[in-house]
Amino acid sequence: MSTALRIGTFEFHSRLFVGTGKYTSYEVMQQALAAARCQVVTVAVRRERLYDSQNRSLLDFLDLKRYTILPNTAGCFTAEDAIRHARLARELLEGLNNPGSKWVKLEVLADKKTLLPDPVATLQATRELVRDGFTVLVYTNDDPVLCRQLKEAGAASVMPAGAPIGSGLGILNPNNIRIALEYLKENDPDYPVIVDAGVGTASDVTVAMELGADGVLLNTGVASARDPVRMATAMYHAIEAGRLAWGAGRIPKRAYATASSTFDGMINSSQ
Amino acid sequence: MKIMLNGEERTLNGEWSLTRLMEELQLPPQRVAVEVNRQLVTRACFGQTLLHEGDQVEIVTLVGGG
Repeated sequence: MSTALRIGTFEFHSRLFVGTGKYTSYEVMQQALAAARCQVVTVAVRRERLYDSQNRSLLDFLDLKRYTILPNTAGCFTAEDAIRHARLARELLEGLNNPGSKWVKLEVLADKKTLLPDPVATLQATRELVRDGFTVLVYTNDDPVLCRQLKEAGAASVMPAGAPIGSGLGILNPNNIRIALEYLKENDPDYPVIVDAGVGTASDVTVAMELGADGVLLNTGVASARDPVRMATAMYHAIEAGRLAWGAGRIPKRAYATASSTFDGMINSSQ
Repeated sequence: MKIMLNGEERTLNGEWSLTRLMEELQLPPQRVAVEVNRQLVTRACFGQTLLHEGDQVEIVTLVGGG
């Protein structure tokens, strides 16, 4: 059981990736990221507000020496748009001297209601971004066959969703995640698999890690909690608990009891 | 000339490079990335990239996201 998480040339001791969206203030975000003890934070690429440049920027509140920035292609509904966003993000992060310029969280979505990925466009965009030299971490459905195809297309990490983005439903199909992990790690046990999206609370994170995921990426579960900083602390412990439990090897489930206290040496029954 | 800047029409007079546009908008170049007509223009090329009538310019930065 390795202690470091390796994705391409990246290496981290924290296995929790945290998003920077939806916090009530940048100050709360900063405190939540610190409480989560994460090393990787995700960001999005959007138009600069040209008429309101006095507004505070996210970049003033992220310690770029401390965090590796993982840019996403959130909001993209075509492979072409996702590739454009990835290249813009690379240019931005190169300008900021952040190691995150080398990678991207690829999202190609199918529709706004479900925010579920478009599998065909996701596969196509993965191939193109890998060809363009990106370390691609790809957000995908929890379909094990698609996960395998994305790995074969060159994705450095496959990131199946636990549930729809921001839904807080947790790991809806643990069996699919289990099979995806089996497929992706066959003859390649260190291949990194990160459960991305759908986490509502700490136990969801633990379930993902107990299944054998290498990490969890989340945002809304922390940012929209009543107390984001406290929830971020819980998520940190949930990652640790799940990883430890996975490494420890759980007992098999069984239908009937097995006594913890031996029946040997009992005094005479009164019956 | 008229260009589309982040989806809005803007009229510019004279010769405009991306460097001049950044200065006009008071944007630090290392905090933005720019596309002209859907093609990325790297920071190093801002000075030599001149804008033309009808150009579609996108200037982006990093914001909160998951």
